[in-house]
Amino acid sequence: MEKWENNRAWFLVLPVFVVVAFSAIIPLMTVVNYSIQDIFGPGNAVFVGTEWFEEMLTDSRLHDALGRQFIFSGLVLLIEIPLGILIALAMPKKGWGVSASLITLAIPLLIPWNVIGTIWIIFTRPDIGLFGVGINSLNLLDVPFDHTARPSFAWITLMAMEVWHWTPLVALLCYAGLRAIPEAYYQAAKIDGASAWSVFRYIQLPKMRGVLTIAVLLRWMDSFLIYAEPFALTGGGPGNSTTFLSIYLVKLATGQFDLGPAAAFSLIYFLIVLLFSFIFYQALLNVGKGEKIA
Amino acid sequence: MARIEMQEVAHSYHGNSQNLEDYALKRIHMTWEDGGAYALLGPSGCGKTTLLNIISGLLAPSQGAVLYNGKDVTALPPEKRNIAQVFQFPVLYDTMTVADNLAFPLRNRGVAPDAVRERVLEVADMLDLGTVLNKKAAGLTADAKQKISLGRGLVRSDVAAILFDEPLTVIDPHLKWQLRRKLKEIHEQARMTMIYVTHDQVEAMTFADQIVVMYEGEVVQIGSPEALYERPQHKFVGYFIGSPGMNFMACKAEGAIAHVNGAAIALDAALAEAARKASGKLEIGIRPMHLEVHDTPMADAVPAAVTFVEDHGNCRIVTLALDGQTLRARIPEGQTVPGDKAWLRFPPQWTRLFADERLVA
Repeated sequence: MEKWENNRAWFLVLPVFVVVAFSAIIPLMTVVNYSIQDIFGPGNAVFVGTEWFEEMLTDSRLHDALGRQFIFSGLVLLIEIPLGILIALAMPKKGWGVSASLITLAIPLLIPWNVIGTIWIIFTRPDIGLFGVGINSLNLLDVPFDHTARPSFAWITLMAMEVWHWTPLVALLCYAGLRAIPEAYYQAAKIDGASAWSVFRYIQLPKMRGVLTIAVLLRWMDSFLIYAEPFALTGGGPGNSTTFLSIYLVKLATGQFDLGPAAAFSLIYFLIVLLFSFIFYQALLNVGKGEKIA
Repeated sequence: MARIEMQEVAHSYHGNSQNLEDYALKRIHMTWEDGGAYALLGPSGCGKTTLLNIISGLLAPSQGAVLYNGKDVTALPPEKRNIAQVFQFPVLYDTMTVADNLAFPLRNRGVAPDAVRERVLEVADMLDLGTVLNKKAAGLTADAKQKISLGRGLVRSDVAAILFDEPLTVIDPHLKWQLRRKLKEIHEQARMTMIYVTHDQVEAMTFADQIVVMYEGEVVQIGSPEALYERPQHKFVGYFIGSPGMNFMACKAEGAIAHVNGAAIALDAALAEAARKASGKLEIGIRPMHLEVHDTPMADAVPAAVTFVEDHGNCRIVTLALDGQTLRARIPEGQTVPGDKAWLRFPPQWTRLFADERLVA
C-alpha cells in the first residue's frame, strides 16, 4: 500500500495541547512573566531581567526558610518512613483486625488539612487541650507548654501533627507491598533457617521497594510544600521559627505584594522540588541493582 | 539422613473438625525409609502439598505425630527439623547474588565460610550455575531461578530429607528431563531421602523407586511403578496410572463365572474364591494392554463390537462395546484390528477383582 504524508494528524494532538496549556504552561508562563518584570500597574511594567532572581537567591530570609524546610522534610522522612514500615509489619494479616486497622489508619487521611491544624491547636492548648493540660500537670518543663511560647514547642507540635497525619499513608502503602509477597517466600525462609531480621532485610524490604519509592516521593514533595498546618498553628511563628518556604512565599506575594520577587521565588521553589524528586526517584530505582563482583 | 514416620496424621484446614469432609488429609500412617527416592503422586487437590508441608513443619497437623529417626518433631518449626524443601515456583532473594542465595541456608546455620564456599561451588557445578554465580539473582531466566531454588534445597548435605513440591513446573520440557535425571543422579550419589511431589505419572515413574499414590486425602497405594501397574490396590490407581487407564466393569460372580450384564467371563480358581468371599460392589478390572482382542470366535472369549480405533503410531487403542460397557484395548503394531466385531479374552493372570473400589484379587 502506498503511504502518503498527511500533517492533519497533528490536529489529534490539539486537545491534549490545549489542556496542558491551560493547566500548566499558561499559569507557569504568567509566573515567568512576573519574575522578569517590575509591574507597577496595568500597562506599566519594566523589564528587569534576572534582578528578582538575584535578589531572591541572596535573600537571607529565604536561605533561613530553605534551611528550615530541609530540616523539616528530612525529619519527616526519617520519622515517617521507618515508623510506617513498623506499623505495616505489626498490622494483622487476617481476620477482623485487618479492616479495623485499615479504617483506623485511614481516618487521619480523610480530615481536611486546616481542620487538622485546628484539632492540634485545641489538643495542645495549655488551658483546655488534653495534651497541653496533661503535660503541664506533670511539671516536667521549666515553662508551661504552649506551642506559641517557644520555637521548639511549635516544632514539636508541628512534627506530631505531620507524623500523625501522614504516617498512615506510608503504613498503608507498605502494608499493600507486604501483602503482595507470596506465602512461598516466607515458607522458603523458614526452611532456609532465616532469622526475622533476614526475612525483613532480604525479602520484605526488597519487595517493598516500589511502594517505598512512592512513599518517599509523596512525603518529600508534600512536606516540602507544607503550608496549611504551620499557617493554622502559629502563622509561621513564634518569630520566624516555623516560616517554611511556602509561608514566606505567601507573605511576600500577598502580604507585601512583591509579585516580581515572589514569582522568581516560586520558580526557584518549583525547581528545587523537581530536582530532589528526581534525585530520590533515581536513587531508589537503582538501589541494589549494581552487580557485586566477588 | 533420617527415617520419617507419620503416625495417624490427619489434617483439616477448619481446625479439629468432626466432619470427615473437612479433612484435607484423612489418615496417613506410613514410613519414609532413610535414603529412599519417593514420588508422591496424585491429582491436584488430593492433599500432596498438605502432606509435604506437614513433613517439613510448615504446617502442624490437626492430629497425629511426625517422627524423625524415632524422635517426635511434630511441634518443631522447619528450621529446627533440618529439612529442605523446594517449592513449585522459584523463590529467590532478589538483592543477593546467585552464590549468596546458595550460601544462605548454610550461613544461617553458622557453617564456616570455607566450607560454605566449597559446598556452593559443588552445588553450582551440579546444576550448571557456575557461570552466573556472581550475578544478581533477579535478572535471570525462570529456568535459572528454579535451578537456584533447587540448589538451595540441595546445598545442605546433612538434611533429614529433601522435599520437592512439583519443582519442575516452570522449566522447559527438554531441560525438565535433564534436571530430573540430575536429581536422580544426586540421589544415587548421596543417598538422601527425597520426596518428589507430582501429578505427572511419567515424572513419578522416572524419578522414584517407590511411588506413593494419594487420592482424596488418603494414601491408596505405596509401591514400585511395576506394582502400581500390575496390581493397583485401588480403582483410582488403576485409572490414574497407565494411558489409557484400567478398564472396570460392574459384575456379579456365580461360581467361576463373572456376569457383566449379559456377557459371561470365565474366572480361574483364585479369582472365583476371592469373588465368593468379597462383599460389596464387585467390579472386574483389566489393563488395556492385557485385554486380548481376537477377530474370530474362540473358547472363553466374549463377543464385543468395535466402536472406534485410534492410531497412536506404535500401537492402536481400540474402543469396544461389551453389552453396554465400554472397554479399551491396546493393540501392538503388527497385530490385526478386527473390523466391527471382536472376541475378547480376559487372561486370568491379568484379570483383577475389586470390591468397593479396593483390590481383592
